[in-house]
Amino acid sequence: MSTVTATSASAAQLDYVLRIGDSALILGQRLSEWCGHGPVIEEDIALTNTALDLIGQARLLLTHAATLEGKGRDEDALAFLRAEHAYRNLTICELPNGDFGRTVLRNLLFAAWQMQLWPALAGSTDAQLAAIAGKSVKESRYHLQHAADWTVRLGDGTEVSHARMQRALDDLWPYTAEFFAATATDEQAQAAGIGPALSSLAAGWEQAVLPVLERATLKVPARTPFLSHGKEGRHSEHMGHLLAEMQYLQRAFPGAKW
Amino acid sequence: MLTTEQAWDVLARVADPEIPVISVTELGIVREVRAQGPAVEVVVTPTYSGCPATEAIGRSIAAALREAGAADVRIETRLAPPWSTDWIAPQAKEKLRRFGIAPPGAAAAAVAAQTIGFVPRVDCPLCGSGNTERLSAFGATACKALYRCRDCREPFEHFKPL
Repeated sequence: MSTVTATSASAAQLDYVLRIGDSALILGQRLSEWCGHGPVIEEDIALTNTALDLIGQARLLLTHAATLEGKGRDEDALAFLRAEHAYRNLTICELPNGDFGRTVLRNLLFAAWQMQLWPALAGSTDAQLAAIAGKSVKESRYHLQHAADWTVRLGDGTEVSHARMQRALDDLWPYTAEFFAATATDEQAQAAGIGPALSSLAAGWEQAVLPVLERATLKVPARTPFLSHGKEGRHSEHMGHLLAEMQYLQRAFPGAKW
Repeated sequence: MLTTEQAWDVLARVADPEIPVISVTELGIVREVRAQGPAVEVVVTPTYSGCPATEAIGRSIAAALREAGAADVRIETRLAPPWSTDWIAPQAKEKLRRFGIAPPGAAAAAVAAQTIGFVPRVDCPLCGSGNTERLSAFGATACKALYRCRDCREPFEHFKPL
């Protein structure tokens, strides 16, 4: 009995770390699609630097996950050689970028969530996770400021930019429910002192996001029963296409290095 | 064979690959050095999680120590406590300025900053004017932002407080 509990507790810990790591990885992949396509070179660089930070966070988290798993896989095997359902990222991270405004709006919603999560992990019983969180919070702070600035500029901009931002917010908002919806893994992680109760992050997240949306003159959509399930491995139709691009090299040339 | 003190001296001459005017010790990323017999162990704290220079820094540290006589170099990465720009030595901040990069202010200011419209006042490293504007929150590397001086009209980079 005790063996079974121990196994499921460590499986929950692995799953929990993968959720945070995969979310950073997949959004990092999406943002890297902007490389060479930014509206101006400064913003091209800003989005790809944000991608670089997220992929850096993902490397630390996936390396930690690989250690927890203990099956001899490394960060690269986890990043590039898993099947779609084995990825545990939040669905919002895999949605297509859309235009620049939609991209920065998602960054706002996601960075604000990370800014709640990292401090909550500072006292985690998983010391490595706590260390990664302590490092990442400094980076996410700059992502949040960058995204907030642009959300205000475009939301409170021209008629066209305002309409686009409102449409993006209407589309993305339902996916934010997944940030705070606890599954069995989240509950087990909380019970083991690894992570916070996800619902406890909601108030701080709203305090960060709502004033920005208000300054941006955007109307906050009403909550609906819609809930996405990316962190349980049930992804949107966009995930397969993203992986086809991201995994191409390792699938075509297994073990390729440079 | 190197003593711990000699190993520190070697590291003080290993330049940061992105900002060659300052050394890895001045950057504050070398947390600990332990020399024992032919082995030297160096504890390094990365700057940004995704900084591509991290691996290059590890390689240059190992190469410099080997060249100085260490037979066995081990590099350990330590994440906590996280690196802060407050750990950059004061004389290194002056070197940054002379290199044309506006050095970071106190990291605490970045933590306290409001989310919207936060643009820290940064003096131009070339002419000293405070009449500058930010062009982008990110520069050629994740650790820097891009600014322009309204007086001497020159663009410059600012090392962001972290």
